Amino acid sequence: MKSLRFILAGIIFGIVMTKSEAISWYRIQEMFRFQSFHMYGIIGTAVVLGVIAVALIKKYRLRDFEGNPIVIAPKEKGITRYLIGGTIFGLGWALTGACPGPMFVNLGYGFISMGIVIIFATLGTYLYGVVKDRLPH
Amino acid sequence: MKEVLLAPWPWYISGAMIAGIMVLLLFLGKSFGFSSNFRTICSACGAGKRVKFFDFNWKSQIWNILFLIGSILGGLIAHLFLTNGEPVAIAESTISDLAALGIAAPKGMQPEELFGMASLTDPFNIALLAFGGLLIGFGTRYAGGCTSGHAISGLSNLQLPSLIAVIGFFIGGLTMTFIGLPLILK
Repeated sequence: MKSLRFILAGIIFGIVMTKSEAISWYRIQEMFRFQSFHMYGIIGTAVVLGVIAVALIKKYRLRDFEGNPIVIAPKEKGITRYLIGGTIFGLGWALTGACPGPMFVNLGYGFISMGIVIIFATLGTYLYGVVKDRLPH
Repeated sequence: MKEVLLAPWPWYISGAMIAGIMVLLLFLGKSFGFSSNFRTICSACGAGKRVKFFDFNWKSQIWNILFLIGSILGGLIAHLFLTNGEPVAIAESTISDLAALGIAAPKGMQPEELFGMASLTDPFNIALLAFGGLLIGFGTRYAGGCTSGHAISGLSNLQLPSLIAVIGFFIGGLTMTFIGLPLILK
């Protein structure tokens, strides 16, 4: 039954991404060309509300549904990996118009060709795992 | 009510719901980050035997794979029951910029030129999608997260690394948009 919760959360995510058109290549192009507020509004609203929610969780030391404290593991410090890795991802994001989540939502929507992006994204992650220790982090 | 559901949802509703999903996952004892699924898939396929990076307890990440399966279903449900099939209403300025790149004005959710069934028989287009996928899979793991992990979860937690990653997303995105795409699509 527990697994059902995650499937349900994913379904809501897929519907929201579709209905906000955040899965559309056109919307991502519009965003990177700074020609509409739409995508900035979506991400901005999510971040502002997210900041408030996380602050409240920390302030009141809220616990999750199972009674465990909610801890958000901080990312390790550094600049190189975030900047270079982020830039590489950004290149692919603007090219395919899809970040990892929307790739799968698009597949469900019926865009079979997104399967190519998914397969090669998996290969890309594999490639990273192979060369990881030789990269600056 | 039906019209409201079928029309695209405004940004503030969508943004609030995305924050809601992030918070829901926190209360379920997990953290919102989609791109780690690629690592999980590699590991589940046995990559851990050859490469140390994939040698971890991937079964602890099954919840995220379930979330992934849900997101596919969500896309399907939204397409079947919650759309009016209207073209994406992007800005006129974007339409004319894209026309200069040979991409026609929207007729639906995605450009047929890149994602239509006919585009699947075009080797150049397949190479384009494959290259984009490689960059995303490699870059997200190098950066330790994607839009959900860094831009939403990370910024919500006021993490500096996530801000740096998001700046990187835009350096890459703007470079592809203004330098890469004109070279590739022309």
